[in-house]
Order: sequence, then C-alpha cells, then structure tokens
Amino acid sequence: MTRSSLTDPPGGTLPRADRPAPSTVDSTVRMGFTQRLRRDWPFLVMTAPAAVLVVVFHYVPTLGNVIAFQDYNPFLGDSAVGSFLASPWIGFGNFMVLFEDPAFWDAVVNTLSITLFQLVFFFPLPVFLAILLNSVVSGKVRGFVQSVVYLPHFFSWVLVITFFVQMLGGAGLLAQVLRQHGFEPVAIMSNPDAFIVVVTAEGVWKDLGWGAIVFLAALAAIDQQLYESAAVDGAGRWRRLWHVTLPGLRPVIVLLLILRLGDALSVGFEQYILQRDAVGRQAAEVLDTYVYYQAIVPQQWGVGAAAGLFKGVVGLILILVANRLAHRLGEQGVYSGK
Amino acid sequence: MSTHNAWEERPTLVGRLGKGGTLVLLVLVVLFPMWSVVVTSLASRKTIDAAGGMVVIPREFDPSAYLSIFSGGTVTQALWVSTVVTIGGTAVSLVLTTFAAYGLSRPGTLWHRPLLFVFLLTFLIAPGLVPTYLVVTGLGLKDSLWSLILPSAVSAFNLVVMRAFFMGVPTELVDAARIDGASEWGILFRIVLPLSKAVVAVVGLFYAVGYWNAYFNSVLYLDSSDKWPIQRILQGYILGGQSPAVTGNVPINLPGVTAYPPSLAVKMAVVVVTVVPALVIYPFVQRHFTKGVMLGAVKG
Repeated sequence: MTRSSLTDPPGGTLPRADRPAPSTVDSTVRMGFTQRLRRDWPFLVMTAPAAVLVVVFHYVPTLGNVIAFQDYNPFLGDSAVGSFLASPWIGFGNFMVLFEDPAFWDAVVNTLSITLFQLVFFFPLPVFLAILLNSVVSGKVRGFVQSVVYLPHFFSWVLVITFFVQMLGGAGLLAQVLRQHGFEPVAIMSNPDAFIVVVTAEGVWKDLGWGAIVFLAALAAIDQQLYESAAVDGAGRWRRLWHVTLPGLRPVIVLLLILRLGDALSVGFEQYILQRDAVGRQAAEVLDTYVYYQAIVPQQWGVGAAAGLFKGVVGLILILVANRLAHRLGEQGVYSGK
Repeated sequence: MSTHNAWEERPTLVGRLGKGGTLVLLVLVVLFPMWSVVVTSLASRKTIDAAGGMVVIPREFDPSAYLSIFSGGTVTQALWVSTVVTIGGTAVSLVLTTFAAYGLSRPGTLWHRPLLFVFLLTFLIAPGLVPTYLVVTGLGLKDSLWSLILPSAVSAFNLVVMRAFFMGVPTELVDAARIDGASEWGILFRIVLPLSKAVVAVVGLFYAVGYWNAYFNSVLYLDSSDKWPIQRILQGYILGGQSPAVTGNVPINLPGVTAYPPSLAVKMAVVVVTVVPALVIYPFVQRHFTKGVMLGAVKG
C-alpha cells in the first residue's frame, strides 16, 4: 500500500483519468483500457524502442531457428525472408548430417569436458578468495587487492590471451628466460594437451576477483553474532568457517552453480575462436566455434542452425532442470514465477 | 572494517604469512604482465635485442612506438573506429535502457507484465549464431559499424539492474511530483535520474567496456579493414602473426626517439592503448560495483 492509495478517497473527487496515477497496482483494475492507455502511454513510449530492438535481434533470430528444418539457400530469394519462403523443408535432414559428423561430437565432448574441469578447478576459487579477503583486517590492504584483482574482468579476451602469449607463449618471457639459461622452452600456449588448463587459467586470471564480489556481499550479510556465539561455545576458526561461513554462502553458491549448469554447453566463444588456430581443432573446438566453422564459413546455414538449435534446446532444458532441482533441495533457485 | 574481536583467537604466524603471501602473489600475477608490457613498449631496439624479447627492467624511455602508432595508419584508424563505436554505442544503449527501465518500473501500468517478460525471457533463450547472422546481414548491416552496436544495444541484465534501482526511488517523491503536475518524462529527468547517478555510471561502464572489447562481431560483419576496431588489429598482430607497418614518419628530432621503433615495442604499445580506456574509467566507477552487481543478482 502506498501513501496515495491510502489517502485518496475510494471514489475520488477527480475524474479517474486526471487523477495522479498511483505508483502501484491497486486501483488500476477498475479502469478501462482507454483510460489506462491515456494514463500510461508515456511508459509504453519509453519501453517501445528497446523492446523493438530485442524483438528484432533476439526473437526474430530465435524464430529463425526453423531454418534448421530447411535446406536454406540465400540465393533462392531476393531478401532473407524471400529465401526463407522459397527454401525447401527437409524435416530432420540437417540434424542427421549433424549427428553423423564426428567433429560435432568432438565439439560436444570438448565443451562438456571444459565445463566439468572448470566446475572443479575454477568455480570454488572465488569463494576462497572472498573468504580470504573478508578475513583481512586492514581496510586499505583489502581495498587495494580488490581494485587490482577486479581489473582484468574489464579486459577483452584478445587482451587476456595477448598477456598469456607474451608471458607463456613460444616467444614470451618464460621461453626467453628458459632459453637464456640453456633449457628447452616448453610449448604451453600451443599444446593441445595443456589447452584445458590454459583456458581455465585465463578464465581465472580474468574473472577470479570479479566472481568474488557476490560472495563478499554474502559474507557481509552474515550476522557477526553467530561467529561470537560459536566462539564462546568453543568453536575454533576452522569450525566457525565450516558451521557459520559456508552455510551463509550456500544460497549464493547454489544459485551460481545452477546458472553454470544451465550454461554447460557454452564455455565462451571469443576465447576459443582466438586460440583455435594455435592449438588445433581437436582440442579447441567447442560447440560455438563448431557452428562458426561448419556453418558460417562454408555457408551451410541449415546444419549450422541445427547445431545452434540443439545447443539452445539442451541449454534451456538444463537450466529448467537445474532450477527445479534447487527448489527441491529447498533453495531459492534462479527464478520463481514473480 | 572489522577490528580484532575479544573472542577471536590471535592470528597465528603461519596463517598471517600464508594469507599475506597469497595476496601478494595474486596482485603480482595480475600486475606483472601489465608491467612488462608497458616497459617493453617504451624500450629501444637495443634493450629488446639484449633481453631477447619482452623486457622487465626499464632502461630508458623511448616513446617512438607510441609516436609511430599515433602517426596515422592502421592503428590510429582502428582506435578512431573503436572510440566512435564505444561512445556512440554507449549513448544509444544508455538512452534505450534508461527509458525502458523507467517504463517498466511501475508495476500495474498497462502491459507491464508482458513487456517485462519480453526482456526477462532473453535470459533463458539464446537465439543462436546462424539466424542472428542472417537477420543482421538481411537488414543490410553487413560492413556497417551499426552491426557492432544494434544487435547488442539492449542488455536485459543492465535493464534489470537499472529497473531495480529506479523502483527503489521513494514513492513519496514520485507521487508528490505527480500531484504537482509533473509528467512522467519530468519525473524521470528531474527526480529519478538525479537520484540514480550511481547506477547510470555502472551500467554505462558495462556497456562501454562491452563495445570497446567486442571482437568477434567485427569478424562476422565487417569486411573492409578500415572499419576494423582496435581489438581486431591487436588480434592480427599478436595471434595472427602480422607485423605492424612501422611508419618512418616519426619525428626523430626529439631526444631519445628512434626513427624505426622495433616491431615488438609497437605491438606492446598497441596493447597499452587498448588497456588504457578501461584503466581511466575504472577508478571512478569501482566503488559502485558491489551495488550494481548485487542489484542484478537479487532482483533479477
């Protein structure tokens, strides 16, 4: 209830449309469409441009995924819509081509391996960093460390990989030092076997600090008295960490875990496409780069759309399942019919 | 913030060393590569040859690499393109997002729920690369700088962050203005926006960083190399193995300047100018991060 809805008499002395619009729902139910339109048109005008862009660049392509069931040929019509109307429907033909392509399954396996690897070796690190930063008593030291570790989040993938190449690559600083001391330099950046470790290290370098922000906020929300009572009851620092800190972080951890699981088929795009040439397809091809190299480059639109649709549908199912799972475990989940 | 509590154990020496050591290591791992890149970009050919590549210890201050990349040519052009796209794109994005966030900030207005749903659903559904490519090219945006702006102009995440902030503006203020006869536009510009500078700054930074850092859209949509943004040029130099065209029209009458700066120094100078914009804006917006990130996380 807002102030206006409490103070205005129910019938109102002013005609409804001229009355100051209440800031919440209450009285709108009783108004007709034209009255509401007359009152609310500025909101609609404000929202419209952004909504149009989202429809054009998000929903139209989403619907455009139906070309996955076509032998789409851009030369059949004089516009994209014309080609779409003229292209023949071929049912699941594109999916047959896709599922029989071993390179597609390689890409699926690579993607899932990287997701799994990063869940184990990347996901927990921001939690540790947040706990570490939170335990630093000096505000100045903490502020400085935070400023430094947040920074790489704002670098592009081109930059992050550039820094890695200049430090660890074949012509980088590490190779120089090894060579000067008579050792054979090790190929880190172009070794397919090391690729999964390298991309994870790049991700950690870029986003470790940024990922800790959410956990730091959750730590700040933990009631300090819980720590004190635990200490009075004889819990040492490790038991307080286990019985107070980690339960306090649990909802955030579960939330981010769901989001990550729902995104299991996306490991990022630019990071992989930038390194695919140096490392080779066998290790560096993920689903997104597969779509680019198998569809956009050779202009095999139907098969590419089929791969994209496969990824989108599986991703949607994953996030719905993960969210339901979280609800069942008694956690809040990502969304809940608001 | 927290001082030492009476009930807390005294920190052990091992614990303090371990913590301190970890933090120092983290800071070094982030800063050392940046340091080495800056030092190399300012090094002379002699120093670079002596080091065998990347330089760690600064020996001189030779700005010729920077003079070279700013003396016209590929890098200057790419920096110009990136600046135009970043400023123009951020302006377009901020205007669209601010209006839509305010337009969706009053529950109960006409079509509020379905419109909000249109934006929220984008979190769940990704359209896919091929149809997006066909739509963008079908609209005639191929080889146009608009292809770097329009497809990503509205981020639902930023919209939700801003909307959450706008909804937190005290209802009393808004109602009072409305009773005084202010229009919704007046309320947005005179009451809501002045109270929301922090969120506008953070969202503006998110958009600007996105535009400045974008690489792949230029690979997809831009054929003519004079329209390529700086990330594309950097990619060509560092990962594509191309050598920067080192121009000879560097003013050599300046002290300490060599006419033909070493190619590695030029490459590292390109890295530095690509990093600098982020470094310049960063301190101004940093204190608002937590708020911005948390608003999105909580109300999204």
